[in-house]
Amino acid sequence: MKILVCISHVPDTTSKINFTEGDTKFDTSGVQFVINPNDEFGLTRAMWFKEKQGATVHVVNVGGAETEPTLRKALAIGADEAIRVNTPATDGYSVAKQLANVVKEGGYDLVIGGRESIDYNGGMVPGMVAKMIDANFVNTCISLEIEGDSATAIREIDGGKETISTKLPLVVGGQKGLVEESDLRIPNMRGIMQARSKPLHVKEPIDANAETNTKAFEKPAPKGAVKLVDNVDELIDLLHNEAKVI
Amino acid sequence: MSVLVYTESEDGSFKKIAHEAVSYAKGIADAMGTSVTAVSVNGGDASELGKYGASKVLEVSNDKLNNFNAEAYADVLAQAANAEGAKVVVLTSSANSKFMAPLVAVNLEAGYVPNVTELPSSTSPFTVKHSVFTNKAFSNTEINTEIKVLGLGKNAYGIKENETSATTEAFSPSLSEDDFSTEVVSVDKATDKVTIADAEIVVSAGRGMKGPENWGMIEELAETLGAATACSKPVSDMGWRPHSEHVGQTGKPVASNLYIAIGISGAIQHLAGINASKTKVVINNDPEAPFFKAADYGIVGDAFEIVPQLVEKLKEFKAQNN
Ligand SMILES: Cc1cc2nc3c(=O)[nH]c(=O)nc-3n(C[C@H](O)[C@H](O)[C@H](O)COP(=O)(O)OP(=O)(O)OC[C@H]3O[C@@H](n4cnc5c(N)ncnc54)[C@H](O)[C@@H]3O)c2cc1C
Repeated sequence: MKILVCISHVPDTTSKINFTEGDTKFDTSGVQFVINPNDEFGLTRAMWFKEKQGATVHVVNVGGAETEPTLRKALAIGADEAIRVNTPATDGYSVAKQLANVVKEGGYDLVIGGRESIDYNGGMVPGMVAKMIDANFVNTCISLEIEGDSATAIREIDGGKETISTKLPLVVGGQKGLVEESDLRIPNMRGIMQARSKPLHVKEPIDANAETNTKAFEKPAPKGAVKLVDNVDELIDLLHNEAKVI
Repeated sequence: MSVLVYTESEDGSFKKIAHEAVSYAKGIADAMGTSVTAVSVNGGDASELGKYGASKVLEVSNDKLNNFNAEAYADVLAQAANAEGAKVVVLTSSANSKFMAPLVAVNLEAGYVPNVTELPSSTSPFTVKHSVFTNKAFSNTEINTEIKVLGLGKNAYGIKENETSATTEAFSPSLSEDDFSTEVVSVDKATDKVTIADAEIVVSAGRGMKGPENWGMIEELAETLGAATACSKPVSDMGWRPHSEHVGQTGKPVASNLYIAIGISGAIQHLAGINASKTKVVINNDPEAPFFKAADYGIVGDAFEIVPQLVEKLKEFKAQNN
């Protein structure tokens, strides 16, 4: 089985979110970038397939050279090869177009992305890739088993979950549950050393125009101070009469 | 060239988010000088949607669509959009909407913007505001394609009445076997519980509760308020509560009217995911807990004393106000 894991290179969850160039660009100064958490669950599940069932695992990112350390980390975790499509990630659609092309050329059976990336929260790339390459698609995937070309996936739905049976080629939008938090791997020294000599292919992009573009970012209005209350009667009164939520 | 809106039902009646989505679609239709067409799949009483501004309801009834199927539902919506010549397609932030929206967008060669928080600031060029960086910022984004697909953010617009008489029309999409190549084998859903996605009130508890054996009071508080229960990430990681209750940046987003946080410190990743909630209450014995900076109301004190008092007083309050 050939697996492709799509890796989004995102600011660490503790990052301060600021903008530059007249609020049109995310300010990366002082920001640490990491593998998007949802993608890391998917990568770890891919490693499980590799080790337990035999699979090759490639990782891919659409982005500039600055994303390579993130791809190297995925290699250190255990992916066999990495691909970077050498173009800035401008919107979900154009990224999906580049990825669909990588999937077609590489003949992957299973593509694992994240339910959403924690920067732009688009949640659209895996679904778009699936539609573009005519593969099956399961979103918010919290469990995945593959037997031959059959897949059984569990999807989180509002208020529960459902079990889905489908076939490869398959694209999933993954999240926690694909593996547990405790299964995530911190690269060890050996992994990091090996990652240095694993292939990281830089691939030139195909033509793909963005369908959306950011005009300006803005930050939420500053919040007023908390009202501290001494007892529950006062709280109930405020919730009822002031906030009008009960 | 109407505005098309997907209206989600459950057990034969429309969900509240369907009412909100129609209200929002009506706002856009007014701005564009057109009308709203709703699409309902094995749904509730269509005339109900007129109340929020739908002029027409396309009713699809098909036993094959009893279980949600993203591929097939996306095809239904795309075919309806084409039939209506719709230029804008509105979905929500439900799990099903987020599943199908990217498929609809590719199908219609439409640009898609999720988590939209307001009516478009301009319809030509088409510019909408939506939340990014898990509620830490907003982006004003222009969509350049002829057709636009929008995912309305949770609880972002509200339900607005706009009495319109809705005509209904049967709509029979053409579906092929390819639409059913993913098959739902079983659904596991607690029907008696309010879900985090639909809840107006969410009662959430963290590591301050010390152990799973102490959740009785949290559940009782939730029940008293008709609320959903949620928890912080470590609580679900330790197995005190199911993963499905984990809220925050890496868990479920919450955008309820009221969010009550008990024994939760208010880490940045937690706050990001719940910040879209309208009113936030914190109960924590540490006055320095960061949650106090994010909350509207707070009580500094021991949850083990305060929560039972709150339950008791709320029961009295409910008895008087019902
Ligand atoms: C990549 C990443 C992603 C993350 N994503 C999420 C996420 O999505 N959601 C999330 O929740 N966290 C997330 N976290 C974890 C987050 O950083 C915090 O560790 C977590 O939110 C803390 O949970 P907590 O508030 O329950 O526990 P703690 O931080 O331990 O806080 C417990 C609180 O309870 C209070 N307390 C103790 N006893 C009592 C009492 N008797 N009465 C009242 N109060 C009491 C304490 O004062 C304290 O403030 C993430 C972390 C990382 C690194």
